[in-house]
Amino acid sequence: MQKRQRKTSHRKWIRTLRNKKVSAGWGREVRNGYLFLLPSLLGTGGFVLIPFLDVVKRSFQQAVGSGFVGMENYRMVMENEAFRLAAGNTARFMAVCLPLLLVLSLGTAVLVGHVTKFQRWMKTGFLLPMAIPAASVVVFFQMVFDEKGWLGQLVGAFGITGRDWLASDLAFWILVACYIWKNLGYDMILWLAGLGAIPEEQYEAARVQGAGEWACFWYITLPQLKETTFVTGLLSFVNAFRVFREAYLLAGDYPHESIYMLQHLFNNWFVNLDIQKMTAAAVMLVILTGGILGAEEWWKNHTNKIEERRL
Amino acid sequence: MLAQWALRLFLLIVLAVMVFPLFMLTANSLMGRQELLETCGAVLADYGENAKLRIFPMYPTLRAYVRLLLDSPEYFTAFWNSMIQTVLVLAGQLLAAVPAAWAFSQFRFPGKKVLWFLYMLLMILPFQVTMVSGYLVLNTMDLMDTRAAVILPGIFSTLPVFILQKTFAGIPRELLEAARIDGAGDLRIFVYMGIPLGMPGIFSILILGFLEYWNAIEQPMTYLKTEALWPLSLYLPQMVNTEIAAAFAASIVTLLPALLLFFYGQDSLEQGIVASGVKA
Repeated sequence: MQKRQRKTSHRKWIRTLRNKKVSAGWGREVRNGYLFLLPSLLGTGGFVLIPFLDVVKRSFQQAVGSGFVGMENYRMVMENEAFRLAAGNTARFMAVCLPLLLVLSLGTAVLVGHVTKFQRWMKTGFLLPMAIPAASVVVFFQMVFDEKGWLGQLVGAFGITGRDWLASDLAFWILVACYIWKNLGYDMILWLAGLGAIPEEQYEAARVQGAGEWACFWYITLPQLKETTFVTGLLSFVNAFRVFREAYLLAGDYPHESIYMLQHLFNNWFVNLDIQKMTAAAVMLVILTGGILGAEEWWKNHTNKIEERRL
Repeated sequence: MLAQWALRLFLLIVLAVMVFPLFMLTANSLMGRQELLETCGAVLADYGENAKLRIFPMYPTLRAYVRLLLDSPEYFTAFWNSMIQTVLVLAGQLLAAVPAAWAFSQFRFPGKKVLWFLYMLLMILPFQVTMVSGYLVLNTMDLMDTRAAVILPGIFSTLPVFILQKTFAGIPRELLEAARIDGAGDLRIFVYMGIPLGMPGIFSILILGFLEYWNAIEQPMTYLKTEALWPLSLYLPQMVNTEIAAAFAASIVTLLPALLLFFYGQDSLEQGIVASGVKA
């Protein structure tokens, strides 16, 4: 904590120095900053940001021609059964799989951190699923979860009849398992890095005073993992949307209704050229995601400020 | 000591579960046609009563690979489509994302906070949300159903900018200040200090990018209608229905480039992931 404070105060000092004495450097910094950013900014601007303004405009217009229809498209989306189902499923998926993945990967990281040998091999093993393309692994999933597949055989031995698991309520949990399988290693590496940054002396001091393993974890490890938690959570959120690939390859356009996600819905709207609904829904999702991200960033800055004040 | 062995054993079991799918795919790819029909036919080809789980092939053979290599030109078209798509996206990302990340980490300019927020937002949004805007542009530019439709938007993905920014921000300021005092300009500092010092991060965005675009499904599915342009990720699932004997071998060949790159670059991948997590 002390280290961070020193860093910021150091930077502040440079800033005031620059502002007062070398104000000519400021113009150069702005110009060159934008020059470095330019190629990327042109691309994102041209392919996403500017066309998105068009999307916003279209979301208030009717399908044919350019008549203004106000919130009509939004009302249509909100009343759409498929949209409610898909939004609910996506929210449920996030609410279940994000905490689950974060806890499991943190647990694995702590365990792997305690292992004295073969640590490298374990990391390789846990990261490996990340490298396996969805298309390759889908055959495997079919073999496991088909009506006549391996899982059916296995539970058959206990007197339960097999079924097409992907067309049952279990599909949701299969997808959760798939997500965790794929992302456990990535998150584990992030946690390991966060854990490694905590000075060993703190644990030694606590142990001398009689703190147990659990107390050490709760009072030393967890509070210092805040920054790592933010980044890991954010990247896990990004990756959670990608599970659509597996879902789509396994179950197609219209999967079991427990895994009918927003991605499926957008895809089907696109195929049917239902641009009105797509634009309105896209605008709503951008606002919602932007709101969540903004709140997260605000909370992060806010807690950082409180910490700095305390020191 | 006992606890250490129990821990190792436990992790080993978890690990075995994690690696099992890859192991099964490999085992199945070494089976002959008849054996495959016996074990997997029930699921994949309407043959026989039930699928059987066989860990090791009874009559291992490389015939499936030979068939794949000599006998399926469509597979190779798809393979090259994937290769072209992935390599061009990565090359473009080097030119766009690396300087952008440098700008975000080393410069102060008006609008930086807003732009950074937008970049993060774009990183999070799933493809389907930005699909409409992408479609509108590609359609006006008459690029639909061409390779460029997948490649161009891929180049300007903002995830690599996010990851690299953290790496660049971790470079000690004193080092760069020293170079500046010695009279080096911003471009010189970027080329001779930023790029070499940020190499682990650059490697890791390349590996992550490779895994991402080798595996791309949504973009080609939405923007490519001509099957001759399809990458492996779209072609492979079809293959299971038509050529079951070669499907497993095809699965293995598909994941091979990703796997090789992964083993070759595991260290820099790890360093890159670490850099994106620790320094804020």
